[in-house]
Formats: sequence, structure tokens, C-alpha cells
Amino acid sequence: MATTAKKAAKARKPAVKKSARAPSTRLAALVSTRKGAWIYRGDAGRKAWKVDGPHFLGHIIQHMVLDPRDGRTLLAAAKTGHLGPTIYRSTDLGKSWKEAKRPPAFDKATDGKPGRSVDHTFWLTPGHASEKDVWYAGTSPQGVFRSEDGGVTWTSFSKINNDPKYIEWMGSVQDGTPDGPKLHSLIIDPRDAKHMYMGMSGGGVHESLDGGVTWKPMLDGLETVPGFDSSTPTFHDPHCIRMCPTNPDRLYQQNHCGVYRLDRPSTTWVRIGNAMPKKVGDIGLPMVVHPRDDKTAWVFPMDGTTVWPRTSPGGIPGAFVTRNAGRTWQRQSNGMPAGQAWWTVKRQAMAADTLDPVGLYFGTTSGELWVGRDEGERWSLMARHLPEIYAVEAAELG
Amino acid sequence: MQVLIPGPLLPYTKKRYVEASGATLTEVLADLERQFPGIRFRMIDEQDQMRRHMRFFINGEQVFDVARPLAPTDSIQIVQALSGG
Repeated sequence: MATTAKKAAKARKPAVKKSARAPSTRLAALVSTRKGAWIYRGDAGRKAWKVDGPHFLGHIIQHMVLDPRDGRTLLAAAKTGHLGPTIYRSTDLGKSWKEAKRPPAFDKATDGKPGRSVDHTFWLTPGHASEKDVWYAGTSPQGVFRSEDGGVTWTSFSKINNDPKYIEWMGSVQDGTPDGPKLHSLIIDPRDAKHMYMGMSGGGVHESLDGGVTWKPMLDGLETVPGFDSSTPTFHDPHCIRMCPTNPDRLYQQNHCGVYRLDRPSTTWVRIGNAMPKKVGDIGLPMVVHPRDDKTAWVFPMDGTTVWPRTSPGGIPGAFVTRNAGRTWQRQSNGMPAGQAWWTVKRQAMAADTLDPVGLYFGTTSGELWVGRDEGERWSLMARHLPEIYAVEAAELG
Repeated sequence: MQVLIPGPLLPYTKKRYVEASGATLTEVLADLERQFPGIRFRMIDEQDQMRRHMRFFINGEQVFDVARPLAPTDSIQIVQALSGG
């Protein structure tokens, strides 16, 4: 027991050296938190990390994303506890930042109707490879926004932002997550810039064939809380949706009601989380897919019983991997605390890089940043004592 | 007229007191936006509502209507309400 505790303590020692020598490769973990953002620059072995931050100290950063089309442009969705939401943009990998000239904002209400106001931008997605400078944003309250100039100006271009039916499905502040409903998981089909998916939490999964102007629900096979009509989007709560990079016809989803897979052209989701250990269950927030193997995906379960503690089940955190598209799952928690660890991982706070073997990263609600260099077989701590981590992205810098 | 800027908005103005003009609070906010791009949206949302923790005072008296008329001799204080724990 003592040996186990010693090993766990050793594993929890942060691997970050603030004055580490300049990394030879251009890998970075982009960390967004409740009190600012950090960039961890690593080497190919993902062993030495140079910390760059905080950026925007005191700002609530929901998401910081690198534009893979140039490897240099970063966008960060920010607000503070008092000031309104905005987007910051850097074209030099965070050395300097400029604020968007027109951040995401809903249309002004007309004819005395109640209008909606963006509380915060929650999700950022770079556009299709063929559409330089196009970005999409998902907000709370829920809406889809688009920029065509690299994130400098944003428009409320999507019809769902003013569609009474969609607004009804999106629900009010009382229907969403503890800090408001989220529009997230904006995904673009690499084969077709007009083909997109997104998730509304709550409000269901939706598909667009016209670049996000119009959408239609894609709910078949998804379960809802017992007693609610599963044909009504309002009652659906996708937490995170991911598309397999090497097979865009395959989607994985972590939902409020389990883990699912969808293989297009089918429109029916299949619950693959039932194969998870019963003591752990298949409730969680993040979903991560392998960059090259469409049969491999990861989840990070949380306690969704009774009052929804949203902590690691039993205080024992662990990732779970499937290597056969959801038929079986294996626990991956070597190096993590063996107990009394009551944190969890938010929906944007787990990511994979594209190296071989794949590196996995997650940030916790208690401000710890972890890395699994060998596809999650063993985990080590990159940083601790950060603010609550909202998002982690693995980025390859240009 | 003189406008007192709250601490969180100093990155826009770089100074605590600035000059702005207008016949209403709406016009003064538009003048601030012209001088300091981006500042208005941090205080006023897209429905022209004051954000939850922003407070506006004219000559020390709190106002809640952005259409409030102003005299050239008025002074404006913009304050960030304390919140949280």
C-alpha cells in the first residue's frame, strides 16, 4: 500500500520545468481556465514543457484554439465576471493579442420582441481547409456565429439563432448546464465545407448541409432521461461529439445518457457505453478520438448518479479506451491517484495530439494538467495549482 | 464631459478619467466606442441593456436608462459592481 502511495506521489510530481531548454519540436497544449490561459510548449517526447502564461489573467477563457491552416493564429473566447464577452486573436502564437472588432452578438430584437444576448462564447472551430480565415463559434445562450476574416468580425448568420422552434429547443438558463446552455462540438466534414454537425446542451445533435445556415435534428437511437419524449430535441443533452479524422463517416458522442457511435449514412446512434463497467457507468463530459484509427476512442467517466456530483466515480479517476469501436472498454489510470480524488474533466478539457504513439492530455476541475504519452497507458502530471481548467487543446505549431 | 472609467476597462482607455460628449448616455457611450473601440460591448449588450455588474452614475446618482438626457456640465461615473466571494 505504502509503495503504491509512493508511486502515486511520484507520478503526481509535475513534469514541467519553467526554464526548460527550447523544445526541438512545435507541440503545444493550449489550456483555458476560469482565470486565464496558458500555453505549454513541448518536445517530441512530450517530456520537457515550457510554460507560457498566464495570458488574460483574471479572464474566464472558455476555449483557446490554434488555426491548423497556418499553425500560428490563435483565437481565445474570453469574458470576465463583470465585463461582456469578446474574442481575442493572436497571429504570433500568443506573443501579442488583439480584440475582435465585432465579437459574436445576436441580432437586435425588433417589434418589441425579447432579444437574446451572448453571455459567453463557449466553442471555437476553425473552418474548412479550403476556406481560409473562416471560423465558427458556439455560444451561451445557444447560437452559431461565423467569421470570414480570421475572427476579427463575427455575424449571426445562422437561421437557427432567430428560429422560434430552435430557440424553444435550446431552452432557457434554467434548462442548461449550471452556467448556461452551451452550443458546442461544431464539426466540419473535411470532404465538404458545407457539411457540419453540432451539439446543443440541451437541445440535441444537429446536421447542416449548407455551411451552418440551416440545421436538422439527428436524434435517432439517443436516449433521454426516463419519462421524457425522446423525439423532442429539448430533452436531449449531447456533451461532446467527435468525428474520426480518417473516417469522417464515423462519429462518437458522450451524452448525458451514455456513450454512442454513429456510422453514416445511418442516422441511428448506437449506445456503446453499455459495455462500460457497471460500477463506473458511461456518463461523462469529454470524448476523444484517435487521429488515425477510427476504432479507438477515449472517455473520462464522471459520477452521474443521484444528484449528479460530477466527480470521478468513487473518487477514483480514470480514462477508458475502446480499441474496437465500442465493443469493449479498458480502464487507463496508471499514474493517477488511487482514491480520494474528487475532480473531473470538462467536455473541452481532453484532447489527443497526432504523434505516434498518440499523446493524450486532460485538465481537471481542480487545476491539474495531465499527459499520457503512450496513448493513455501511463499518465503523468504536467502542471498543478492552475485555476479550474475549462479546455485543453493539443496543437502543432507552424 | 468627464467620464470615470472602472479599473477593468483601463486597458481600453489607459487612464481613469476621459472626456466624451453626447446629449444622452447612449451618445456618450457611442463616443467612448469611437475613441476606444470595443469598450461599449463590454458594458452594454446587443439589446442595449446594461450588463449585469455594470453601474452608471450621473453626478453621483445611479441611472438605469441609457436614453437618459445629459447636460454638458454633467459628469459620468461608470462603476463595476462588486460581486462574488
